[in-house]
Amino acid sequence: MASLQRIWVIFRARNKEFFRDRAAFGWNFAFPFLIIIGFGIIFSGENMQGYKIGLFPQPGASVVFEGTTIPVHFQNDPAVDFIPVANLEEGLQKLTQHKIDLLIDGLSSEQRYWVNDASPKGGIVEQLYQAALVPEDSHVAQRNSIDGTRARYIDWFFPGIMAMNMMFSALWGVGYVVVRYRKNGALKRLKATPLTAFEFLTAQMLSRIFLLMFTFSVVWFGSDLIFDFRMQGSLLLFLFTFFLGGLSLCSIGLFLAARGTSEEFTSGALNFISWPMMFLSEVWFSLEGAPHWVQQLSWLFPLTHLLKAARKVMNEGAALIDIQLECGLMVLTTMLFLAVAARIFSWVE
Amino acid sequence: MVVLMSILEVKNLKKYYRNVVAVEDVSFRVEQGSCFGLLGPNGAGKTTTMEIVENIIAPTDGSIFYHGNPRDETFRQQVGIQFQHTSLLNFLTVKETLRCYRQLYKNPEKIDWLIERCNLEPILKQSNNQLSGGQRQRLMLALALVNRPELIFLDEPSTGLDPQSRRYLWDIVDEIKADGKTVIMTTHSMEEAQYLCDTIAIMDGGKIIAEGSPAELIAAHCHTNTITLPKKSVEKVLTDLGLDYQANDSSVFIQTANVDGVLSQLIDAGIELSEMSVQSPNLEDVFLRLTGKQLRD
Repeated sequence: MASLQRIWVIFRARNKEFFRDRAAFGWNFAFPFLIIIGFGIIFSGENMQGYKIGLFPQPGASVVFEGTTIPVHFQNDPAVDFIPVANLEEGLQKLTQHKIDLLIDGLSSEQRYWVNDASPKGGIVEQLYQAALVPEDSHVAQRNSIDGTRARYIDWFFPGIMAMNMMFSALWGVGYVVVRYRKNGALKRLKATPLTAFEFLTAQMLSRIFLLMFTFSVVWFGSDLIFDFRMQGSLLLFLFTFFLGGLSLCSIGLFLAARGTSEEFTSGALNFISWPMMFLSEVWFSLEGAPHWVQQLSWLFPLTHLLKAARKVMNEGAALIDIQLECGLMVLTTMLFLAVAARIFSWVE
Repeated sequence: MVVLMSILEVKNLKKYYRNVVAVEDVSFRVEQGSCFGLLGPNGAGKTTTMEIVENIIAPTDGSIFYHGNPRDETFRQQVGIQFQHTSLLNFLTVKETLRCYRQLYKNPEKIDWLIERCNLEPILKQSNNQLSGGQRQRLMLALALVNRPELIFLDEPSTGLDPQSRRYLWDIVDEIKADGKTVIMTTHSMEEAQYLCDTIAIMDGGKIIAEGSPAELIAAHCHTNTITLPKKSVEKVLTDLGLDYQANDSSVFIQTANVDGVLSQLIDAGIELSEMSVQSPNLEDVFLRLTGKQLRD
């Protein structure tokens, strides 16, 4: 039977250790603010970069459209940025090096342009240019707008960034600490006491989630002041999904560090799990349209369920009952990995 | 008739690491209220034996009985351990560390008693990572006593301590023994073992090669005293007398079980004895005789 007192004792000791380590605490406290500042700059709008189109001949430092054959509505398209290029040679060099996505001869009556077939953005911006060359009054499709409040990209994207930050902090935060304790003999000293592996690991997990939620709250509310997030559902439920997600990610970190004896090995194991999770859990992009097996694989990762639940709450106004599957899976993941970690845990090198 | 109760009994203990034999068929008994010492050169298997008995690592084979029964979950509540190499949580003060470890046990010792006995008052507010070697050892000893243990393991407790700290540590161990508690210790200091231990087991190559009280071991393995004389011009006389001796640049050493007889011979030969000394055999002589003088890793 686990002793709550022993869990509480180790939880408090770990928190004291963390908050008194000025370097670690300073960084963990400063990091969220750096994230806020960074995203503030990135998403401020002025620096959002669209497709880059090189236009020549342009002798100056800024683009002058007067005298060119570029359609007026394309000149003002917010999706593209025109980059001044002196001549064809310079433009082709930039195109080859992916510094621009398309190169246009602004004086050509045949609307000459060059595209790099190896550039994934080149094909899209090429189509944008070709569409722009069709006269505006020759409608070939009917345009409609959706009604109501639309989810902005940042409202979809920001939970992903927060979850990714939580994943790295959870995995490395607990994994490295446990390995360090094992290497310097602190675990060996604790093994001489009645403390069990389950109690120790639970205390580590709770201590880390305490820190994670603290950091998460600071970043979230700080960013909300800047970006004015559109929260469709309950903020408490949103925080709860991250709490469950944090627990499940911490439990994976504990599992990976349950027997590790070197930081190098643990780092490799953590990378092995975190990178696929980052790319297959819809942090950066949706997996809609991805191969079926990729979507199935993503279901193995708790980050996927954390993000699905958080985005449902934030973007769709989901209630607890709507995300019960995701919450249940995160709880299950936590219990499973914590139990296995406690079972295979090694106190000594 | 006094019947000594065995608090701990180790039978046929073995520990193998792949092809390495760390402990081979080790058996011993420890009487309640005594101090039992495990001695041996580096790599002899002392610490491995201790850590198996402490329930820190598992044996390959063998049995360990505590109060006549196999160890169970209560064993950790009843023993205290001071490890040779270990660490504490950084950034916690000495007092916080004591409190933290106290709260892990059902029946902890009073904190004031621990502070007083291990002289921790001057360093209570110091962080664990700012302690000197002696202060750290005193804290480690306090942690070993934090649960009122009746059996205490001390693994090389005085390694790296200055003479004052070592003496202080010995006084504490003496007090622990006076309280009726049992101590099992390893040490490289023969002086420490001779001073503190009631029974000593000497290990080499993973086996116990001798066991007994310090006096019994000396009597059994070292029969000779050493007479030391200034070298000067005695070497020729000693050769003439037919005495075996060894010499360095300044002195000669005569190993003999018959001190009176040799001294009579020296007096008769007219040798000046005012700078002579006679040294009885000690535990170090026993140790070196049994384990050899070659360097160990």
